[in-house]
Amino acid sequence: MGFENLLLGFQAALNHQNLFFAVVGITLGTIIGVLPGLGGANGVAILLPLTLRMPPTSAIILLTSLYWGALFGGAITSVLFNIPGEPWSVATTFDGYPMARQGKGGQALTAAFTSSFVGALFSVVLITLFAPVLADVALHFGPPEIFAIQFLTFSSFIGLGGGSPLKSLISIMIGFILAAVGLDIVTGQLRMTFGITELMQGFDFIVAVIGLFGIGEILLTVEEGLSFRGVRTGMNLRVVLDTWKILPRYWRTFLRSAFIGFWMGFKPGGATPASFMSYSFAKRFSKHPESFGKGEIEGVVAPETAAHAAGVAAMLPMITLGIPGSPTAAVMMGGLIIWGLQPGPMLFKEKPDFVWGLIASMYTGNIIGVLMVLAFVPFFAAILRVPFAILTPLIVTVCAIGAYAVHNSMIDIWYMVLFGVMGYVFKKLDYPLAPLVLALVLGDHAENALRQSLIMSQGSLGIFFTRPIAAAITLVGIFFFAMPVITPWWRRLRGKPAVLASPPTE
Amino acid sequence: MRAADILTASVLFVFGGVVFFDALRLGIGWGTDGPKSGFFPFWLAVIMMASCLGIMAQGARRARAGQFVSREQLGPVLKVLWPATLFVLVTQFIGIYVASALYLGFYMRWVGHNSWRAVIALSICLPIVTFLVFEQWFLVPLPKGPLETWLGY
Repeated sequence: MGFENLLLGFQAALNHQNLFFAVVGITLGTIIGVLPGLGGANGVAILLPLTLRMPPTSAIILLTSLYWGALFGGAITSVLFNIPGEPWSVATTFDGYPMARQGKGGQALTAAFTSSFVGALFSVVLITLFAPVLADVALHFGPPEIFAIQFLTFSSFIGLGGGSPLKSLISIMIGFILAAVGLDIVTGQLRMTFGITELMQGFDFIVAVIGLFGIGEILLTVEEGLSFRGVRTGMNLRVVLDTWKILPRYWRTFLRSAFIGFWMGFKPGGATPASFMSYSFAKRFSKHPESFGKGEIEGVVAPETAAHAAGVAAMLPMITLGIPGSPTAAVMMGGLIIWGLQPGPMLFKEKPDFVWGLIASMYTGNIIGVLMVLAFVPFFAAILRVPFAILTPLIVTVCAIGAYAVHNSMIDIWYMVLFGVMGYVFKKLDYPLAPLVLALVLGDHAENALRQSLIMSQGSLGIFFTRPIAAAITLVGIFFFAMPVITPWWRRLRGKPAVLASPPTE
Repeated sequence: MRAADILTASVLFVFGGVVFFDALRLGIGWGTDGPKSGFFPFWLAVIMMASCLGIMAQGARRARAGQFVSREQLGPVLKVLWPATLFVLVTQFIGIYVASALYLGFYMRWVGHNSWRAVIALSICLPIVTFLVFEQWFLVPLPKGPLETWLGY
């Protein structure tokens, strides 16, 4: 049955218009991924207001293709410029940049793109198999289960996100508080507006994403000086084919990394730890671990496979549970709501053409994507050679247009500047930004689920422990929440030195 | 780093405090139809303020190495930040088209030391391309000023 649906999806994904949108999305996405200050999340955010007049299936194909493109583009900057566009490409720079310095940039890029593709494909196949099953289970969820899942989502940021758990917690709270500003739809009261009319419309997550990830990222990048420097690619068909001949040797690394990527990726905040974990596993199992960090091709394969597998896996909870697994997925979920679709299990019942079109487009988008980036790497790399003095005003202008287009209001551009400064300070002080955005998107949803649960139970929190599914999810959530406290204690118990459980964030 | 850490946590603590008192005003208990409006924000504020106190305590106990930002780093950051802020301010009065042209031109001349010819050519191209892509193709109206009014938009 699932197979028929998938065929239906391919029919939608393969029509001329949608193929065109996939190509446009991947081109724009790769450009966005290459440019500093414009990553997947805020690229999607900027484009979102422009998709309002499109059919939802085409719109989601455009946005997801943009996301794949941004993931590919991130690899280009990591390898050639030693600038990780996203936190999960940090591990790619370890071996990718040394390879480029040794004149093996073409090999490194081919390996990176191919690994991304393999990782993505692995996750898409698993999504095709598991999404309908998960959605079926999720159909029976009531408010307590939904709130329990939200709790699990945010506690996994605290337990697995790395960095200071207190700072993760603060980021989550800021997101929820900003989401609560404005009219409370349940009681009709105004909250936290303090009589200021401008605050009544609340804070839109799109504006927050553009400011935090866009402006904030530019400010952080320029600290090293007002320019970007890179290595030449040396990419041609011969290099690609030669590299493809070597790559099958690393099938174990591919498989292991794809698995790590998928497993970590469908939990929020998983892509970054997945890429580091996969890198260190590859190093541990390698016959010559000493060559890692000096330009080992396996050191590019491992993190790229895992990061891309995780990036794709982040879509699974979005379409089945209505919980996005990454900031970009969060922005896309906001898009679904704007297009009048309710993210979550009902999508499979009510809009099968949309869901299966989306899943099919993950296959086609990644195939088109890997071919396009392989063919046009020099073009994409050339973008970073555009002088800084031209690039920066262009990026800021595009960000401002994106922020304005959300509500056609000037105040949003000001919010964008404020969020930009906030993003800069937060990044410097290691406050994670992803949970803030997720909380801002899910705020109303989470609050309603909590309120409805409490109404069902007459105000007792016990409801999250008495219903079997909710109880199981809540307990896992509590475990993640307590992990920062448990882990050092557990290590001491086993007589091992307390090591940082999480990879260092840049 | 330590001072910046503690300062940020204090600012966030005050922010949490503002939310706390607004939640008290709205009512944090049980209303006629379930929890009142202030219920959720109240607990958010409580958790937030507690976490901020935790960060301050940590910061006071062990200092983190390194400076928040060095003088050499702050220079370029401000060189991006204040022109961008000025651009937004100017947009408010004369619309995004003229403002973005001035912004690009100024930046190319000031940071890039480009020739006047390149500056003028690109500064004219940018608003035209923006107009065609957003206003014409995607039908997204952008902020306009006196020049656009004079041109009939």
